[in-house]
Formats: sequence, C-alpha cells, structure tokens
Amino acid sequence: MSSRRSRQSSASVSRISDDQIIELVSKLRQLLPEIRNRRSDKVSASKVLQETCNYIRSLHREVDDLSERLSRLLATIDADSAEAAIIRSLIM
Amino acid sequence: MDSQLLNPTSLKSRFTARFLRALTKINAPNPISSSSPTPREIFQRYRRIKVAADKSMAYSVRSRTTWSRATLSRLRTRSRHRRLASFGPRSSVTTAAVLKKTSSHGKENEGGLGVQAGELRELVPGGEAMDLCNLLDETAHYIKCLTTQVQVMKTIANLYSLE
Repeated sequence: MSSRRSRQSSASVSRISDDQIIELVSKLRQLLPEIRNRRSDKVSASKVLQETCNYIRSLHREVDDLSERLSRLLATIDADSAEAAIIRSLIM
Repeated sequence: MDSQLLNPTSLKSRFTARFLRALTKINAPNPISSSSPTPREIFQRYRRIKVAADKSMAYSVRSRTTWSRATLSRLRTRSRHRRLASFGPRSSVTTAAVLKKTSSHGKENEGGLGVQAGELRELVPGGEAMDLCNLLDETAHYIKCLTTQVQVMKTIANLYSLE
C-alpha cells in the first residue's frame, strides 16, 4: 500500500485514521469500472484517486453528450405520447 | 439491474420522474417550430436540459449530501445572477472569497494523497470545503448518482431516437 502514515499533528482537528482512508478508497475502487476487473489487490490509493477523477470527467462528458443528443431529438417529438412509453419501458 | 420493477421511492425513479417533467416543460413552448429549430434554439435547449438533469438529480438526493447541497446552491446563484445581471457582478466575488477561507479546513492529515485529492475536490461539487474522509465518501455517492443519471438519460435518448 503506498499511502504513507498520516503525520501526527498536534492540531485539535480530528485525525483521520489510515484505516478509514483505506476503507473508503476500497469502496471507491468497487465503483470504478476498470480497476474492478483487475484482480490484483495492490492498486495504490493514489491510483484509485486518479482513476476516480478520470471516471468522473468521463461521466460529465457523457452527460454533456446525452444532453446535446436530447436537445436535437426533443425538437422532433411530441413529449406527451413519448412520456408514457418511456416510463413503461423504464419500468420493465 | 435494469430488469427490476421500478421501486417508486428509489433514486432512479425519483430522478426519472423529475427529469421527464423538466423535459416536457422544455419542449412545451415550441408548438410550431418542431421541424427546423435554429442552432441557437438547439444550444439553448442543450443548456436547459443539462441544467435540468443536474438539478433533477440534486433534488432527488435532497440535502442529504454536501455535493447535492452545493449543486443546488450553485444553480440558484447562477439563476439569480442571470436575473440580476444588470446590477453588476458583486456577489460572485464574495462567494469566491468565502470558499477560499474554508478551503484550508481539515487538510492537515492527507498523507500522500494531497495532490489527487485536490483534483478530486474540483470535480465534486462542494469538494473544496470537505476533509479527506468526507470527500471520499461524497465522491462514492456522487459517482453512483452520476451513473444513474447517465443510464436514465441514455435510455430516454434511445427511446426518442426510435420513434
């Protein structure tokens, strides 16, 4: 594990324990599509954070693209009739 | 996961309902121009759809997370700015100053993760003011909500393209 021990500061701010960080990082790891498929347990915390940033950026881009796609499609559709079909298919 | 019956109180269904309502509202004011919208109209629509998507998701999460609160407050400020545009950009300066003051909170114990955490802070709404623990926690929730958002938007877009 590549994360160093957090420095023992004398500040009155609550100290974040290594264990907490490790636990949260592994929780994040479960969400990342790439790392989840790799069976190695040795992914460093900093790599996880890096992948997380990349993943969030790609999700933002997808939202952008989908918004653009919807803006073109919305112009050609009657929303009322489509709505019922959409809801039905999302439920099924 | 997609084949489950939609739980009416799940995040996915709350977001879907809100987002669809917003889409209907966005589509409504143009009864005549259905065949050839101008590029400008399309761009405005794109902006409104994007805002509606982020807003619908933040509302569906309510105030339970810092990132959703930050998103909602950012959206409100932005719409307020738009309305008060003629009065000058005073309030944006104060907001930035407040954020700078809180940005050094709780960062002493980051160990080796400081640089990546800084990058993450810029991506997650409200991340600047969180300590590392909360940041990681909020990030996990934020990613979950983003993927739901993408999933629903993709489904809707695919449906519209088939009609």
